[in-house]
Amino acid sequence: MPITVKYFASLREHMGREQDLLPAAEATTVAEVWHRVSDGQVLPENTLSAVNMEYVTATHPVRDGDEVAFFPPVTGG
Amino acid sequence: MAVQVCGEPFDPWQAIQSHQQNALGRLGEYGATAVFVGTMRDFNEGAQVRAMVLEHYPGMTEKHLESLCAEAQRRWEIIDTLVVHRYGSVEPGEPIVLVAAWAGHRTAAFDACRFLIEELKSRAPFWKKEALAHGERWVGRNSPG
Repeated sequence: MPITVKYFASLREHMGREQDLLPAAEATTVAEVWHRVSDGQVLPENTLSAVNMEYVTATHPVRDGDEVAFFPPVTGG
Repeated sequence: MAVQVCGEPFDPWQAIQSHQQNALGRLGEYGATAVFVGTMRDFNEGAQVRAMVLEHYPGMTEKHLESLCAEAQRRWEIIDTLVVHRYGSVEPGEPIVLVAAWAGHRTAAFDACRFLIEELKSRAPFWKKEALAHGERWVGRNSPG
């Protein structure tokens, strides 16, 4: 199964799309996922990341079928 | 312990009353109810704000809020918690968030309520986009309090 990559808020607008599907063989960490989907762009400062809806750091591993998300600092409440 | 993420306006006082009637145990079990209600302002960082759109991460938002409530239950002697949060289009004056904690005594209720709203604001995946007189802007950070 591919990795689903989701973007939210200003980062979604920056990417121009809500999500990508990435073959699992193309990335083994969150940082590699970002590198692939952004064509090597630097991750915007303060961007947060999650794997399967849990906060993680960029070195966190990713596997077949994972849902990876990138988003700006949160502003709820 | 209840978490609701809702796309329509809600009445926080009705939500508290309903939760007390339907989810909490017998009257007399709790002696303290601490409540925080966050309401949309019509100004922010020096600008008039006409309206706002609240975006969230469906699934992660609920999961994160439920884990915060579970942590509050572990850390304080509380009986129950209720968190309600809006998403979608919000107008000034409308409630955005309700956090309530019920406990035997006030210290646990106040502390758990404060913990929930502060953690929600710093970690729950919601984002605000404000509509100003001229144009829109994403809110970059929450006010310090």
